[in-house]
Amino acid sequence: MAATTSETRQYLTFTLGEELFAVEITKVREVLDYTKITKVPQTPEFMLGVINLRGNVVPVVDMRLKFGLSQNDRTVNTCIVIMEISMENEMTVLGALVDAVQEVFELESGQIEPPPKIGTWLKTEFMLGMGKRDDQFIIILDIDKVFSYTELAAIAAIGS
Amino acid sequence: MSTPDDMHKQAFREEASELLSELENSLLELEENPENEDLIGRVFRAMHTIKGSGAMFGFDEISHFTHNVETVFDLVRSGEIPVTKDLIDLTLKARDQITTMMEAEMGGDPPDRELGEKIIAGFVALIPSNESKAQSGPAEKKPEPEKLEPRTYRVRFVPNRDIFKSGTNPVYLLDELKELGDCKVLASLKDIPVLSQFDPEACYTGWDVIITTDKDINDIKDVFIFVEDSCEVSVKVIDDPVLMESPSKYKKIGEILVERGDIKPETLQTVLEEQKPIGEMLVSKGLVTKDRVESALEEQKTVKEIRSKRQTDDSASTVRVPAERLDKLVNLVGELVIVQARLSQTSSVKNEPILSSIAEEIEHLTRELQDSTLSIRMLPIGSTFSRFKRLVRDLSAELGKDIEMTTDGADTELDKTVIDKLNDPMVHLIRNSIDHGIEPPDVRKAVGKPDKGTVHLSAAHSGANVLITIKDDGAGLNPRSIKLKAIERGLISPDADLPEKELFGLIFQAGFSTAEKVTSVSGRGVGMDVVRKCIDSLQGSIDINSKEGEGTIITLKLPLTLAIIEGLLVNIGDESYVLPLSAVEECVELSKKEVDAAHGRHIINIRGEIVPYIRLRDLFRIKGERKALEQIVIARINGERIGFVVDSVIGQHQTVIKNLGVVYRKAKGLSGATILGDGSVALILDIQQIVDMARDKEVTTVA
Repeated sequence: MAATTSETRQYLTFTLGEELFAVEITKVREVLDYTKITKVPQTPEFMLGVINLRGNVVPVVDMRLKFGLSQNDRTVNTCIVIMEISMENEMTVLGALVDAVQEVFELESGQIEPPPKIGTWLKTEFMLGMGKRDDQFIIILDIDKVFSYTELAAIAAIGS
Repeated sequence: MSTPDDMHKQAFREEASELLSELENSLLELEENPENEDLIGRVFRAMHTIKGSGAMFGFDEISHFTHNVETVFDLVRSGEIPVTKDLIDLTLKARDQITTMMEAEMGGDPPDRELGEKIIAGFVALIPSNESKAQSGPAEKKPEPEKLEPRTYRVRFVPNRDIFKSGTNPVYLLDELKELGDCKVLASLKDIPVLSQFDPEACYTGWDVIITTDKDINDIKDVFIFVEDSCEVSVKVIDDPVLMESPSKYKKIGEILVERGDIKPETLQTVLEEQKPIGEMLVSKGLVTKDRVESALEEQKTVKEIRSKRQTDDSASTVRVPAERLDKLVNLVGELVIVQARLSQTSSVKNEPILSSIAEEIEHLTRELQDSTLSIRMLPIGSTFSRFKRLVRDLSAELGKDIEMTTDGADTELDKTVIDKLNDPMVHLIRNSIDHGIEPPDVRKAVGKPDKGTVHLSAAHSGANVLITIKDDGAGLNPRSIKLKAIERGLISPDADLPEKELFGLIFQAGFSTAEKVTSVSGRGVGMDVVRKCIDSLQGSIDINSKEGEGTIITLKLPLTLAIIEGLLVNIGDESYVLPLSAVEECVELSKKEVDAAHGRHIINIRGEIVPYIRLRDLFRIKGERKALEQIVIARINGERIGFVVDSVIGQHQTVIKNLGVVYRKAKGLSGATILGDGSVALILDIQQIVDMARDKEVTTVA
């Protein structure tokens, strides 16, 4: 994150409980309202199942459970962020169930600080850095790492 | 592929690769029948075409290289060079060289020039008295004995009455004629006298034969060469594709008169009705006998049929289409099937007659569209089979074994995507048969088998599946050494008593190889597990049958297509699941009473037959209460009947298979997902895997 050029990037923010997260907008394909999710048997709890996205079968992950938070009741704000993730060098489409989507905002690379080594409950390797907006910290996620296949596979093995 | 030049090159590449594979086949066949002129001609023509079109599209190197091969085969054709194993070897090498050269032109690795020169030198050495041939060269070679377009001839054969006395049976001559092409034989019986005057040693019958053949008129005359002098034989061309275009058929006189307004159409009609067919008129006047007229009518019919057939042949040409476009079409049809399911569901809810009839019509059309779209992607498996011929040949030579490959069912059709993925596992299995299965000739002799080993490939349809078997007459699998190996690898416990079939199944475990030594071909233990994975990914299954000392039969069961299957939709809890209907045999009810009667065992008595069942709700740990009355779907898996307990059976469902993606690659018991009429997702069950899962579970709970 060396800020030699102040490159500006756009981020989409969403909330999980009190916490504010951001992902690079280039990773996001669309945001959907909550729909019926078909559970795939014998898979970990945080893998909610699959939905029909205009004829394609897309897996959905509960971000709260993924990050070790407790499951929340669905509200009108609950939505699924459809993202394009690179997994094992393959592009795959995946949905992330979040409490609410906030906004799209711009952040200069100079404004992003490296993730703190300690003091956060989230694994440092999941973070690209920390941003700040109106006195609130935003955790900028390295979404490819969050959904890295090895992690999902490891948990899948335990789950079954 | 932007410039026209690129497009031409691509076209050349496609054409050439087809020619090269045909060339390979012809060469391998030629090795078996070195005298076959037809095959030599085929090799020559393939080389000639590659050379010609290579030069046309600027592949000068290929063209130059091929030239030498062509020259040699021209000499082979004229009988100056015999077909030997060396020649076939060399030509096969040359074929491979051309392939690499072509790949190089398309941006692949550059070819080994030294090898190329060596091959050329090999060919040049084969050309006898090089200098005398050099001037004439292949450019001046005599025109090929081109195959004639099929023509139709009329043969009238009236044998001499005394023909039997010379020991000739005219029927044999007719049979000989039949071998030349399509024949219609009509006997003329008019000369047969009444019985009192009948001489049993005389031949009274004559024949008119309408024959369609690509042979020359002389070939037909040759049939009668020994009876020509004593019998009446006439051969005449009655239909020739070259002459066919002649506009001899003009309007009939009546039509012209009507057109000119000289007579009214009705008048013509009444006059025509009075008229009898010309044949009948002639017969009634006694000018000609009835059988003669019939013979003439037959001739007329045959020619008409041939002409119309030729026209359809011309129009039934093929179109080359990139595979992606077909895949896209199949995907679109898949979407259509889903939308159609929605429409049908909506119409059944609305209960409106007009809507229902439209929905029904769409359903018919969609089904038809689906069938014909999928059939476009169907290819005969023969092309894959013939590729293995070369593999068998090279491998057996390398290993010093004498092995012959035979095939049947090469015209069995399979989805292109399945065929493409089938190549690697088949190669592995065939390699295994050749390397581990078939013994060296001396060992074979010692145990009293013929020196030559055989690998037999066959393909056949079986319902919605295709069965592919690889059968060898080699040593077979040794259950004891498999068991020892499995114990050594810790795959089974030393005191485990597995039936033979399960022991054989162990060879598909990763890292398992019973070969004593590692050869370049196999024995590393990679391969069989890859085969298993590959076949699993195709929704197929593998079955091994082996008898020690007699050979091994491996059967692959594969679905016809991977795009759309016929499914049975069932419900468990809130979710819907699809079972492949091809495996389902029947559905029965399972009441609480029956469950209680079985005392905790998962078996049910169906018409006196004990069938084990798997409760999917338990296996999948689906939350919620069991229903009082459940349904069991009975399916046949590897010859065994097994029940799957579900909450309710909904019905048949055209299932468009969707991939579950990388995330759920590890999910067990599922082969994909599909989208239902209401837009929700249903999972497709892999019943074979579910049975395996249930077995594993039982083993662990017992242990």
